[in-house]
Amino acid sequence: MDLRVNGEPHSLDLDPRTTLLDALREHMGLTGAKKGCDHGQCGACTVLLDGRRVNSCLILAVTLDGASVTTIEGLSHPVQEAFLEHDGFQCGYCTPGQICSAVGMLAEADGASLPDAEIRERMSGNLCRCGAYPNIVAAIREVAAR
Amino acid sequence: MTTTTERAVGQPHRRVEGPDKVTGAARYAAEYQVGDDLAYGWVVQSPVARGTLTAVAVDPLVEADDVLAVLWHGNAPRLGKADDPELAVLQNDRISYRGQAVALVVARTLEAAREAAASLQLAIDAEPHDTVLRADHPDLYTPEKVNPDFPSESSTGDVDAAFAGAAVRVDVTYRTPALHNSPMEPHATTALWAGDDLVLYDSNQHPPGIAATVGALFDLPAARVHVITEHVGGGFGSKGTARPNAVLAAMGAKVTGRPVRLALPRQALFSMVGHRTPTIQQIRLGATADGKLTAVDHQAVGHTSRLFEFAEQTAVSTRHMYEAPAVRTGHRLARLDMPTPRWMRAPGEAPGMLALECAMDELAGSLELDPVELRVRNTGFDSYRKCLGLGADRFGWHDRDPRPRRRREGDWWIGTGVAGATYPAMIQPSSARARRQPDGDVEVSIAAADLGTGARTVLTQIAADALGLPYDRVRVRIGDSTLPQASVAGGSSGTASWGWAVTGACRALRESGGLDEATFDSTALVEKLNQEGKHAFGAHFAEVRVDAVTGEVRVSRLYGMYAAGRILNPRTARSQFIGGMIMGMGMALHEESVLDPAMGTWVTHDFAEYHVPVHADVESIEAEWLDDPDEGLNPMGSKGIGEIGIVGSPAAILNAIHHATGIRVRDLPARLDKLLPSL
Amino acid sequence: MKTFTYRTATSLDEGLEPGATFLAGGTNLVDLMKLGVATPDVLVDVTKLPLDEVSDRPDGGLRIGAGVRNSDLAVHPRVRQDYPVLSQALLAGASGQLRNMATTAGNLLQRTRCRYFMDATMPCNKHEPGSGCPAQEGDHRNLAILGGSPSCIATHPSDMAVALTALDAVVQTDRRSLALGDLYVLPGSTPEQETVLSHGELITSVDLPDPRGKSAYRKVRDRASYAFAVGSVAAVLRVDDGTVADVRLAFGAVAPKPWRAYRAEEALRGRPATRSSFLEAADAELAAATPLRDNAYKITLIRNLVASVLEGLA
Repeated sequence: MDLRVNGEPHSLDLDPRTTLLDALREHMGLTGAKKGCDHGQCGACTVLLDGRRVNSCLILAVTLDGASVTTIEGLSHPVQEAFLEHDGFQCGYCTPGQICSAVGMLAEADGASLPDAEIRERMSGNLCRCGAYPNIVAAIREVAAR
Repeated sequence: MTTTTERAVGQPHRRVEGPDKVTGAARYAAEYQVGDDLAYGWVVQSPVARGTLTAVAVDPLVEADDVLAVLWHGNAPRLGKADDPELAVLQNDRISYRGQAVALVVARTLEAAREAAASLQLAIDAEPHDTVLRADHPDLYTPEKVNPDFPSESSTGDVDAAFAGAAVRVDVTYRTPALHNSPMEPHATTALWAGDDLVLYDSNQHPPGIAATVGALFDLPAARVHVITEHVGGGFGSKGTARPNAVLAAMGAKVTGRPVRLALPRQALFSMVGHRTPTIQQIRLGATADGKLTAVDHQAVGHTSRLFEFAEQTAVSTRHMYEAPAVRTGHRLARLDMPTPRWMRAPGEAPGMLALECAMDELAGSLELDPVELRVRNTGFDSYRKCLGLGADRFGWHDRDPRPRRRREGDWWIGTGVAGATYPAMIQPSSARARRQPDGDVEVSIAAADLGTGARTVLTQIAADALGLPYDRVRVRIGDSTLPQASVAGGSSGTASWGWAVTGACRALRESGGLDEATFDSTALVEKLNQEGKHAFGAHFAEVRVDAVTGEVRVSRLYGMYAAGRILNPRTARSQFIGGMIMGMGMALHEESVLDPAMGTWVTHDFAEYHVPVHADVESIEAEWLDDPDEGLNPMGSKGIGEIGIVGSPAAILNAIHHATGIRVRDLPARLDKLLPSL
Repeated sequence: MKTFTYRTATSLDEGLEPGATFLAGGTNLVDLMKLGVATPDVLVDVTKLPLDEVSDRPDGGLRIGAGVRNSDLAVHPRVRQDYPVLSQALLAGASGQLRNMATTAGNLLQRTRCRYFMDATMPCNKHEPGSGCPAQEGDHRNLAILGGSPSCIATHPSDMAVALTALDAVVQTDRRSLALGDLYVLPGSTPEQETVLSHGELITSVDLPDPRGKSAYRKVRDRASYAFAVGSVAAVLRVDDGTVADVRLAFGAVAPKPWRAYRAEEALRGRPATRSSFLEAADAELAAATPLRDNAYKITLIRNLVASVLEGLA
C-alpha cells in the first residue's frame, strides 16, 4: 500500500492488523504520535488524516491506501510556539496529540469565534493527566485570536 | 572584571525540553530504535484472583512463524532475590490477584505477540478470593509502621474523655475508592543485553533505583545495568520503583537474544503497576462552643495484598494539622487478594485530608462558625493561617451566605467551599557533577528523572546561579542511571534533593580555582538535617454549581494559595500546582475503580470507564503562593510542590457541594447518582 | 487481535462470506477486535462505497448516507436547521477525532459499553450464550432499567440513535426498509442477537421524514464531555395553543436499545404543554422500569430530563 506521510510517499507491506499508529511508530520511525490507551479514549495518538484530526490507534493502516497523513513531526504551526509560551504541557506525552488536535480543531472552526468553553469542549478528546488544560486552552485561544 | 548575572532562580524560564516535546522529537521508553531484530513482548495476566497456575499450553498454529518465546513459571529463567515480591515474575505457581503477570509472549511483531498472548491456554486451579475492604473485616490488623516510616498509631491526651465532654461533636465516616495513577504514558521498557550488561530504556521516576532493583534480580551489580529515562510520560508515584514490565522485558531479551520492547497496554496498568488503596476513615472531632478543637480522632482502614505490606499513611497528617489537647490516629489493614497498593500522588495526605477537611467543614456547620475562621483558630502554623486569610480574600470568600442551599441561578445550585492542605518537606541524599566544557559552558549531571515536573529546567536555573553563569551557559543532563546517583522523583522531594547536590557541585567547581570538574554528595548534610515538622501548607477554595435537574456538578472556580518554600520557576510551579488541583477535582468528582467482588477485580480498566477530568471539566483555575523561603531547609530555600495541589482540593469541592445543595457526600466520588435523590 | 483478511467492498449488495464483517469507521469494531471481543475472519471495507451523501428527499425529509461521517452530519446545514436534536446528539457523542471517523451506520450498530461485555475474560451472554450475566449482581450503575432481561441488561451507547429514534427515522438496507425502532431487538434470552439484520445485509442510508416540530437532545454524563451517557432524552414537540399537538420522545442509556417512549407520548398528546403533564407522561413510561441495586437514579434522572427538555421546547 502507498501512504503519504508528512509529504513523503511511503510504500508499505503491513500485517492487516497493523494500525496507523503502530505503522507510524514501529515501521516508519515516527514516534511523535503517542500510544496512551490504544482504544480511542485518550487522544494521544491524534494525527491529521487528509487534513482531519483522527485517532490513529483505531484506524487499520491497510484501509489507507492513497491517503495523506500529517503527524507532529510534519507540523510547523503557531500552536507549537504558543504551547511553549503558555506551558501547555508537563510530561509531554499527550502533547503531540493535543497539538495535532488543536490544529485540526482550528480548521474545523474555520475562523468561527471560539470562546474558552467552546475550545474546551472541542478539545475534550485529548486527555492530559498532568492537568495542563488551562495552559493548553490559553495557547489555543492566543492562536485562534490571530 | 566582574559581570553581573541576573539570578535564574525565580525566573519563569520555559522548559528546556519544550521544543522537543512540541515537535515529537522527545523520545520515551518505547520509542528508541535499537536494531533490526527488535522483538515485542506481551504480558499474559491471570483471569482469577487467587489460585495456582498449573500449566500453560500454546496453540502451535497461532502466530507460529513469529512467536519467539512463551515464558511462564515452568520455563522462565530463575531470578535473584526481589525485595518487592511483585517483581519475582514467573517464578512460582501462585496467583495472588487478578491481572497478575503469569506468562510472557515474545514475538517478532506486536500483532503476533498480542494474538499469541490472547490464545494461550492457562490451566488454573482457582480458589475462593476475598477482595472487599470493610470496616469490620475480620482480619484487620494494625501494621507496625505506615509509609514511609511512621508509627501506625499516635495518641496524645485522653481522646475519649475529651470527645465525650466536648460542647460540639462530629463523628463521621468518609470513604474513598481505589484510585489509579493513570499516567498518559503506560509503563514501558525496551531491554537489550550488551554482553552480560543490561540496557533498559525504561519509563520510571528513579533510574538508579531501577538499575539496582533489576540488577539484583539478574545477579548484576547496579553499575552493569544502564537505565535510560530521558523523558517520562507522567508517573504520579506509579513509576517510583521498578514495575514488572522492566523485569519481563529484560527476561524476554535474555531468552531470545534480541532487544525486547514491552509497553503495557492501558488495561494492564489497572492491576500491574499499583493503585491508591480504598480507605474507610472514621473522624471524630470535639470542640468548645467557640470553636477550639478539644479532641481529634482519625482511624483509617485500608488494604494491602497477600504479597507484601504497603501501609498508606492516611491519618498521619492529622497528627500535626491542627492543635488539640487530645489527638489520636490509627491505621488498620486487611490483606486482600488484590494487587499491592502503591504510591499515588500525595499518598496518605490526599485521602486523609479529604476526610479531615470535610469533617472540619461539618464541625464548622455545627458550630455555625465560618469554616476559614474555624481553621484559623485551630492551627499553630502561621504560614497556613496566611494561606487561609489571603486565599479567602483573593477568592472572594467573604461574600457568601454561610447557610447551605441558598444560592440558585436557573437550574444551578451554587456554593463555595474551603479546605486546608499540607505536605511534608522532604529531602533525600543525592550526588551531582559539574564539568566545565571547552567553550566555558558547564554541564551538570545527575541521575534524576523529569516526569513533567520541570526538573531539568529548574536544575538548570539552580546550577546557573550556583555557578554565577547565565542560564543559557548551563546544560543539565539527567535521565541516566550512570550519572551521579540521585534520589527518586517522588514525595515532592526531587528538586530540593537534587538541587542541593547540584548547588554543591556547582559551587565546588566555581570555588575550585580552575578545576574542570567537581562533584558533590549531599548525604552527610542531609542526614544531619532535622526534617521533622517541616511542611508546606496551602488553602484551597472551590466554587461549584450543581444542576438541580440532573445532579451534574461543575467546578466553576478552583483556587489554591500555597506556602511552599521559595518558588524557583513560577511558570512550571504554577503548572504543578494546578495539575495537582485538577487531579484533586478528578478524585472529588470522577475517579473510582469499581470493584466486582464476584470477579475479584476492578471492572473499570480503561480511560472510557476510569474517568479523569477532561478539558471541559476545567473552567477557572488558579494557583498563587506566598513568598515563603525556608533557608534552613536546603540551599534553595525550597519545598516540594508536586503533591500539595491534590491535598485538600477534593475536600474543598465536596464542601462546596454541601454548601450549594445541603447534601453531604461522604463516599467519593461525588457523582450525580449520589446527589440526585436529594436535590 | 485475531488475524483476518481484508478486502474492499465494490458493490452495495455483494453480501458477506461466513465469518466476515463490514468495516466502516472502525471506531468500535477495531476497538473490540483489539480486546478479543470481536473476532472476524474477514473485514470488508465499505468506506469506498458511494454512501457518503446527504440529500433532500421529495417529501421534505432527508436521506443520510450510511457512510456519512458523524462530524459532517452534525454540521450539515439542513440537519442544523431542521433537525437540531440530531446535530446536538452527534456533537454530544465521543470526541472531535472520533466523530471524524465514525459513520452513520456504524454508530447505529455500535455495541454496548457494558464493562463485562468489553472484557473478553469475563462471563457475558453476548460473548458466550449461557455463560451468565455478572452485571445483574455486579456493576450495573450504568445499565438498563427498561427492556433488559435476566440474561442481559446492557445499554445501547449511541447518542445519535436516540435522536434518530425520536425523529422516526427509517433505515434502508440493500434488501429492505426498516423503521429504526424495528432494527433493534431486546435481549430476552438471546442477547447475542442485537438487530434484525441478516448476515451480509448492509445499511445503505437512514431516511428522516420532514421535520415535524421543535426538537432537542440533552445528554447527561459523569464528566463534562467525552463520556458515554448515563441518561439522555431526545424530544420532538409541536404545541398548538398551549396543547401538545405532536410529540416524540426517546431515551438513551437506559435500555438495550434507544428507547422510544410511546406511553409517554400517548399520555401527552392533546394535553396542556405544562410541566405537570410532562412529569406525568414521564411517569407513565417509567412505571415499567425495573431498576437494580445501583441504577434506580436513572428513573429520577430521565423524569427530570423529560420535563426539562420539553419545557425548553414548549
